[in-house]
Amino acid sequence: MRPTPYPFSRWSPADNNKFASAEIYFEGRMLMEIMPQEFSSLLEAYPKDRRYALAVMQDMQRQYNYVPREGLEALAEYISRPVAELFSMATFYKSLSLKPKGVHIIKVCNGAACHIRGAVNLVGGIKRIFGIAPGETTEDGMFSMELVNCMGSCALAPVMTVDGKYYGQVKIESLSAIFEALRNEAKP
Amino acid sequence: MNRTVLVCCGTGCIANGSLEVAEALRRAISETKTHAIVETVIKQTGCNGFCENGPIVRIMPDDISYYKVKPKNARDIVNSIGEKPVEQLLYKNDEGTPVLSQMENPFYMSQHKTVLRNIGEIDPGNLSDYLARGGYSALKKALFMTPDAIIREVESSGLRGRGGAGFPTGRKWRTAAGFEALPKYVICNGDEGDPGAFMDRSILEGDPHSVLEGIIICALSIGALEGFLYIRDEYVLARKYVQKAIHDAESAGILGGSIMGSGKRLNLSVVRGGGAFICGESTALMASIEGRVGEPRAKYARSAQRGLWNQPTVLNNVETFANIPIIINNSGENFTKIGAENSKGTKVFALVGKVRRSGLVEVPMGVSLRYLVNNIGGGVIDGRPLKAVQIGGPSGGCIPEAMLDLPVDFDSLTNYGAMMGSGGMIVMDDRSCMVEVARYYVNFLAEESCGKCTPCREGLRQMLAILTDICEGRGKEGDLELLEEISRALIGASLCALGKSAPNPVMTGIRYFRDEYIAHIMEKHCPAGVCAALTAFEIDASVCVGCTNCKRACPTGAVTGEVKSAHNINQAACVACGACREVCRFGAVRAIKRRFAV
Repeated sequence: MRPTPYPFSRWSPADNNKFASAEIYFEGRMLMEIMPQEFSSLLEAYPKDRRYALAVMQDMQRQYNYVPREGLEALAEYISRPVAELFSMATFYKSLSLKPKGVHIIKVCNGAACHIRGAVNLVGGIKRIFGIAPGETTEDGMFSMELVNCMGSCALAPVMTVDGKYYGQVKIESLSAIFEALRNEAKP
Repeated sequence: MNRTVLVCCGTGCIANGSLEVAEALRRAISETKTHAIVETVIKQTGCNGFCENGPIVRIMPDDISYYKVKPKNARDIVNSIGEKPVEQLLYKNDEGTPVLSQMENPFYMSQHKTVLRNIGEIDPGNLSDYLARGGYSALKKALFMTPDAIIREVESSGLRGRGGAGFPTGRKWRTAAGFEALPKYVICNGDEGDPGAFMDRSILEGDPHSVLEGIIICALSIGALEGFLYIRDEYVLARKYVQKAIHDAESAGILGGSIMGSGKRLNLSVVRGGGAFICGESTALMASIEGRVGEPRAKYARSAQRGLWNQPTVLNNVETFANIPIIINNSGENFTKIGAENSKGTKVFALVGKVRRSGLVEVPMGVSLRYLVNNIGGGVIDGRPLKAVQIGGPSGGCIPEAMLDLPVDFDSLTNYGAMMGSGGMIVMDDRSCMVEVARYYVNFLAEESCGKCTPCREGLRQMLAILTDICEGRGKEGDLELLEEISRALIGASLCALGKSAPNPVMTGIRYFRDEYIAHIMEKHCPAGVCAALTAFEIDASVCVGCTNCKRACPTGAVTGEVKSAHNINQAACVACGACREVCRFGAVRAIKRRFAV
C-alpha cells in the first residue's frame, strides 16, 4: 500500500501527545499486529459502495476498539473515495474513534433522566477510582470512560454500561465492587 | 390447562437480570415437571415499560404479574402456578394492597395500549406469535387496495408523524406518490437520540413486525422497492430483533421478491446509526445512509420529492409506522375516535425522572400532564413537591407545575414554548435547578450541533458559556437579555430544526423560572442546591439521628460524626455533590448559600 501523507498528525498538539503515549503503550498488543490484508475480510463483507463506509468503519471500531489509520487507507482504496472524506466521517460520528480505547469500556449515561438522578456524581466516582475523565483511558490500558447521551434505559437511571452490560440504578458506593469484579475476571 | 410464563427481556429488564431469571424458571420447570400437570412454556418478550420494577414475569392466562423477580424466586413461582400466587412479588397499589393483574396496577390501568398492544405479550423473535395476534392482516388487506385508497385511509385517520414535528403522514405519502421519478425509497427513522426517551427502542425490541408491516404498506402505496431502517448504534437488541424479523418475513414470503405472492417486491435493510444526534433529522439521516457526514441540507425541495439519492422518499418514525396496520385494519375513521382535536390516536411517552412509577406509557393524545404524572406516575419520589415537567427532549421546554393541566398534543404546548416532540417526559422536583437543566440541554445541543450553519454552531457555544457562568457564580446583569437575543437569532437563522428549536429550554426557563435565574445572577444563590459553586450543605443537629447514611455516601469523607449522634460536614473537604442530602431519610441535610468561593 502506498503511504499517503494526510493530516493525522494535525488534530491538535494535545491530542497528538496523548496518541503518541497510547501508541507506545498499545504497541505490541494492538497496533503492531494489524496488517493491511487483515482488513480485506472486513471490507469484503460489503459491496464496493460508498454507502457502506460507515458500516465498515463501525466493524473496525468493534474489532480493534478504534479505527486504525491503515484501515481508513484500505477502505478508501476499496471504495475509491478520498481518505479525507472517510476522515471527516470518522471524526463526525461518535461511535468511531481514531484513538485506541481501553480493554473495558465504561459508558456512563448522561441522558436527561440520568443527569437529574446524579450521573455526574457517577463520573466523579469513577474519576476517583481510576483517575480518568470522560474520553480518557487508564495508564494500564484496562479501562476507558465515556460519557454518552441517553442509552434508552431511562427508567433505570442512572445507568452505566461496562462492555455492553447494563448496570441500572448505580450508586457511587457500588462502583468499586463492580470494577473489582471486572479486574479479577480479566486476570487469567 | 396450558400456562405460558412470559419473562420480559427488554433492555431494562435484562439489565436487572431477567435472562438469569428466565434460565432459572426453565430449570425449575424441568425439575418439577414430573409432578406437574401443567404444561408450561417460557417466552421472552419485549419491554413491558415498567422497567424500574424489572425483571417482570407474567403467568398467562391467569394474568398474574410478578415484579423484581430474582432467580431464587423461580421455584416458588413455578410451584405457585395454578395455586396461590407468590404474594411478596406482586405489585402493591397506592393503598398497599397487592394486585394480581396488570389491569389492576395503577401504572397500566390508566393506559390505552394501541401501538404497544403486542409488546410484552409476544416473543419479538417469533413471527408466528405476531401472526397469531392478527399480524400482517393489514398488509393482506392493503394488497387488495389501490395505492390511492391506502393513502386516503391514512389521510382520513389524521395520523401525524410521531417523531416530533407532527407532519401529516397521509400528506407526506400523497406527495411522494405523486412523483414519477423512480426508484423511490421508504425509510424508518429509528435514530432515537432525545435524552430521556426510549419509545422507539421498546417498539423495535418488542414488536418489530408491526413496524415492518407499516413500512411495507407505505412502500406499496408510494411504489417504493427499497427501504431502510436507520437504527441507533446503541440499540443492539433492537437491531438484532429487527434483523431477525426481516429475515423471518423474507423466508415466509411476506417480504422480498413477491410480497405475499402478489408479485410486488420490497427489499428492506438495516442501517446502523453512527451515534450522532443530528442524524435524527431527516435530511441528515439520508446523508448518513448515503455514506456521507450526517449534515442536514436546506429544504428547498421536500424529501418527499428529493430525498435519498435525490429520489422521492418517505421517512417516518418507528411509532408512526407501528400505527399504520391499526389504521388499515380498523379504518381511518375509527382511528380518529381517540385523541384530541388535531392530534388523533394515542402517543407513547417515556415518563422518567423523579417520578415514583417511571416507564413507558401509552395514552390518548390530549390527556393532561397532571394526569400522566399523578395518576400513572404516582407523583414525585418521596412525596417531594413537583417543580416542572420537561417535555419534548432537548428542543422542548420546561412546563411549570402551575400549568400542568395543559393537554398534551401537537399544538397545545407550542403556544407555551414547549413541544410534545417525540415523547420524552422528565419530571423534576424542587431539587432540580432549572438553570442547570437549561445548561445541560444547551451543552448537549452544542456538542451535537453538526457545525454546518453559523447561528447554531456559534450561538449555542455562546449560550453555553453564559449559562455556565451563571451556574458558577459569574453571572452578571444583562445576561438574560443577551441569552434572549441569541435565542432569537438561532430561531430565525438556523438551517434545520435542531438550531431553530435549541433555545426552547432556555427560553421557557427564563419565562417560567425567572426568579431562579435572578437568584443565580444577583444573589449568587442556587435555590435548588444543585450548582456546586453556589451551594454548601449543612446538617441540622436537632433533626439528625446519626444513622451514618450520609457519612457512608459522602465521596470525599467530609461528613464526620459517631453513630447515634449528630453528624457534621467539614466544609473544606465538601465538594457540594449533594449525595448526603439524597440519602438522608430525615431531612436533616439542608442546602444553603455558599458564603465563600470553593
